Parts: sequence; structure tokens; C-alpha cells
Amino acid sequence: MTAENVKNQKEKENRMQTEKQQQELKKNVKKVIITLIFWGIVLSVFRYIFPDRFPAAISMSSRYLKEMILVFPAVLIIMGLADRWVPTTLVEKYLGYNSSFKGKFLAVFLGTLPTGPMYVAFPIAAELLRKKASLSNVIIFLGVWASLKVPQLGVEIQFVGLKFSILRFIFTLISIFIIGILMEKIIDSSEFTEVE
Amino acid sequence: MVAAVINVSALILVLLSFSKSREKSKRALKIAIFKGLGLAPQLISLIAVIGIVFAFIPPELIKEFLGGEFSLIQVGGAALFGAVMMIPSLIALPLAGSLIDAGASYTPVAAFITTLTMVGFVTIPVELKELGKKITIYRNGLALIFAFVISFLIGVFI
Repeated sequence: MTAENVKNQKEKENRMQTEKQQQELKKNVKKVIITLIFWGIVLSVFRYIFPDRFPAAISMSSRYLKEMILVFPAVLIIMGLADRWVPTTLVEKYLGYNSSFKGKFLAVFLGTLPTGPMYVAFPIAAELLRKKASLSNVIIFLGVWASLKVPQLGVEIQFVGLKFSILRFIFTLISIFIIGILMEKIIDSSEFTEVE
Repeated sequence: MVAAVINVSALILVLLSFSKSREKSKRALKIAIFKGLGLAPQLISLIAVIGIVFAFIPPELIKEFLGGEFSLIQVGGAALFGAVMMIPSLIALPLAGSLIDAGASYTPVAAFITTLTMVGFVTIPVELKELGKKITIYRNGLALIFAFVISFLIGVFI
């Protein structure tokens, strides 16, 4: 009896979730259509007022449209796959270990994985600190998570350039390490573990 | 070339994922579609704005404001702009690319990308709540300082 109740409850929750998703989907599709109509109107007005500038605008826009179609679907699919296959619990599990070199390497590796926006990273970082992960590792993890995600790097190379992306990756990684180590020196780590 | 690498790796990952679990893969693709639909309005607007703006603004103007040698005011402005704004990097990177195509220097663009991703004025409340005052202030402050260092170095080496 109770088992059945639990099952029913679960089914109900599932149904509610799919319903919510459906609503969200509809809302997003609506937004896309409204945006298209809006810019369609703006562009036709533009064409009417400045017929001589219109071709330049269209050729510029279509160039970027083409480039986006080339990379964005693939990037989004990689991010979606990562969302399913790399649970955040994995990140917590591995960053809890503190052997200095291995910990830092893991912090970088786990940070580059395509998993979610920054506001997801803060609670993970707080949890890691509570579990007594070293402050430098947590700061490195946060920095890499924010700035050096793998699918984003693909987009960066496509639009800004390979050399720029490589240089930015190297300098940013070094900076993140310096920031992490500096902060560990400045902030007494016993402070926040006691507060928490 | 880049596009080919990204697309091939996405394809391989999808095949690998489907061979392991159909269920998980389907949900992953669903997430991708959701994300794409969420980003689409901003992407469409960006494409339209790039076209309209660059049809009007002569490249000389962009060169004058964002081009030339390393300048502290220019880089500082770009860094501050990146720190305050909350733009998804998937939108900001094509925007950055369009500015470079139009004649902007790499230094302000590097500063903008660095602070946009590492310094978040908008997310400071969340960070304060989760990590406390000290960590938040030092992390954002140091990231802002290092944005200058990174952009300066990129200007030197590129």
C-alpha cells in the first residue's frame, strides 16, 4: 500500500515536471517568435529609410548567422551531454581530496568541464570549504569554472581567434593559480571553517 | 576548421552517449534544445544589432575608441563594463569577435572577457551568502587587477 503510494507520488511529480517543462518550452518559443517579428519590422523600416546601407547590414548579419549555425548546435549538445553525464556530486567527491598537486590538477580539470553557470558553482565551493578542501583549490576551481570552459573555448576560437584564445587560456590559468595561492596566504582558513 | 572539430566531437559524444544510455541521451538533447531556445532571442538580437550597427558606425570610430596601443583608460573601461554586465559568454564571445573584426585591439577585448567571466557584480550577493565577505572581496578584487595583467600580456604577445 505505502509502496504504491510512493510510486503514485513519484508519477505525479514526474507528470508535473513535464508539464512545467512544456510550459517553459512554449514560453521560450513564443519569445523567439516575438524577437524574430520585432527585428523583422526593425530591418524593414531600416531598409525603407536607408536603402543604400541595407545590403551592408544584411551581409554582415548573415556572416555571423552562418558562423553561429556552424558552432552553436554542437556546443549546446556537448553542454547538454555534460549536464547528464557529469553530476556535480562527482565534482564534490573529487575535490574533497587535498593532496596538493593532484588536488590542483583536479580543480582545473573539473572546472573546465561544461557544467552550468556561476551561481551553481558558489554553493559547490561553499560545500567544499566546509569539507575542508584547501582554499587555493576552491578558488582555482571557481576561476576555471567561470573563465575556461571547454565548449566556450570552441566558440572563442571560432569568433575571436586561435592565438588569442590560447594566450588568454595560459595567462588566465596562471593568474587563477596566483590568485588562489595569494588568497590562501592572506585569509586564515580556520576563520571560515569555524564560522560555518 | 574549428567548427569541424566541434561538430565531429559533438557527434562522437552523442553516439557514445546513445550506446550507453538512450534515456540519458534523449534528456541531454532535450536540455540542449532548451538551452538553445533560451539563448536564441539574444542571439537573434545580436545578429541584427551587429548588422545595423556596423552599417552605420565606420570602422574608424571603433578603432578610435577601442583600437590603438594599450591605454589604461580604454582597458579600464572595458574591464569595468565586463564586471558590471551579465552577458552569457556564448553571446559575449561573438560580440567580442565582431569588435575585433571592426578594428578593436585585443587588449580591451581581453579585459572585457576576463572580467565578464571572473568578476561578477551581479552575482556578488550569491557569492557573499555562500562564501562570505572576505573571500568575495579578495576574489573579485584580485580578478579585476589580474584582468589588467592578462590583457596587457595578450597585447604584448599577440
